[in-house]
Amino acid sequence: MTTMAADAGAYEAVFDAALAADERIEPRDWMPDEYRATLVRQMAQHAHSEIIGMQPEANWITRAPSLRRKAILMAKVQDEAGHGLYLYSAAETLGTSRGELLDKLHSGRQKYSSIFNYPTLTWADVGAIGWLVDGAAITNQVPLCRCSYGPYARAMVRICKEESFHQRQGYELLLALSRGTEAQHAMAQDAVDRWWWPSLMMFGPPDDSSAHSAQSMAWKIKRHSNDELRQRFVDICVPQAESLGLTLPDPELRWSEERGHYDFGPIDWDEFREVLRGNGPCNTQRITQRCRAHEEGAWVREAAAAYAAKHGKAQA
Amino acid sequence: MTAALALGDDALVLSHRLGEWAGHAPVLEEEVALANIALDLLGQARVLLSLVGDEDELAYLREERAFRNVQLVEQSNGDFAHTIARQLYFSTYQELLYERLARGTGPFAPLAAKAVKEVAYHRDHAEHWTLRLGDGTAESHERMRRGLEAHWRFTGELFEPVEGCEVEWHTLHDAWLTRITSVLERATLAVPEGPRRTGWAAGAGRQGIHTEPFGRMLAEMQHLHRSHPGAAW
Ligand SMILES: [Fe+2]
Ligand SMILES: [Fe+2]
Repeated sequence: MTTMAADAGAYEAVFDAALAADERIEPRDWMPDEYRATLVRQMAQHAHSEIIGMQPEANWITRAPSLRRKAILMAKVQDEAGHGLYLYSAAETLGTSRGELLDKLHSGRQKYSSIFNYPTLTWADVGAIGWLVDGAAITNQVPLCRCSYGPYARAMVRICKEESFHQRQGYELLLALSRGTEAQHAMAQDAVDRWWWPSLMMFGPPDDSSAHSAQSMAWKIKRHSNDELRQRFVDICVPQAESLGLTLPDPELRWSEERGHYDFGPIDWDEFREVLRGNGPCNTQRITQRCRAHEEGAWVREAAAAYAAKHGKAQA
Repeated sequence: MTAALALGDDALVLSHRLGEWAGHAPVLEEEVALANIALDLLGQARVLLSLVGDEDELAYLREERAFRNVQLVEQSNGDFAHTIARQLYFSTYQELLYERLARGTGPFAPLAAKAVKEVAYHRDHAEHWTLRLGDGTAESHERMRRGLEAHWRFTGELFEPVEGCEVEWHTLHDAWLTRITSVLERATLAVPEGPRRTGWAAGAGRQGIHTEPFGRMLAEMQHLHRSHPGAAW
């Protein structure tokens, strides 16, 4: 064995031991290339989802029906921009840059959560997104607070706190509609009918066909399987829907004494794959708006860089 | 409460315009910054309008002619430089006004004392971008120059006395001009030269005369609320 190979072996042993002891891997620690690549891919996709996710909700800021709701919605969309910032910074600790990741998003080489390829058609969609989409995101992300990579885990702690505010605000918005006029109640029910199934798809494909799951679990990037998390989410949502006075659009939804969980009907994975492939209702619209904002902002970023170069100050 | 309505409408309308940037800002940091400013302004608007009546009735059920904001704040966002020029003119004015109101004994003193800290940040944000854009690239300089020119004629109205604000409007104006002149100088930009009041009155917002883009803005802002009369949200 050469010295270098021996060193690599020793490093790997340290890495494995840290994982086994549930210690955090930090940016300066040695890590396998595949581990690094997996993290960059996952964190980038997560960051992209935060910023693309601003679009469907920003769609309602200028039409929010009360000043209180407008303030809550603006603050929420702002939080999502903040989440994007933390996550791009966390990804940068692995040797990439925000600019590089954005290029990959814009050129379609990296993805964002497919849920944001559905449209927000009514005001109630803002509530359904908060309740279901932020709710699903929390179910997915709470375990990430214990992810083996330190900067990602720490970013998630901060993000999860804010996501749970979003979830409660969404629930509260829907509750107000559900208890409101007949038209408001119908608006809330329609939104939940449209967002329920796409929310279940947010947990990814079933365990038997999930490409990256096993390795990510071994690396302690992922802590629970897609199906486990999906079930946890369904179990949380059913009683909440009852309290809301709204129904979930699944005739097969019922409590199973035997499993101690709610049974639910089959998910339309063809739809999931179609949306993933780019054929969802808003894929083109979302990416076009993102690219346009980026291109139209180019002269601003150039100006800031030129100013910083002239005046020797850090860029904005 | 003419003054509460005037200042409240300024904050409400500018907040709305800034809210239109969400998802369109040139950098992620500006998504956060512009939303911050919009939220501060919305908070101020809610306090001020509540002094007059029900905040939602005032925001959503008044017709265009009943709004008392200055025309400057209702102007469309345009490009980023256009927005920054509007921000520079308005936040410089608002900071100076609120500083004075905070020192007074009028009904706005407590609100102004709190808001002036927020507004100082808004002005700082606008000044920083004015410097970067003015003294950045040839393109940004030109865009910033155009933004400043376009809004110049709406700045005269800022110094029309508002009933209920015990402020020396002349000195407020002089302080504003001194400050704007100094920022623009540092940004290698010239102070625009055009008229700031015209015969057909660019700037009669305080009297309820607005510009065309404002009606569309209100149509969008009010339509959902008005579509469900009496509903609670
Ligand atoms: Fe988020
Ligand atoms: Fe969220």
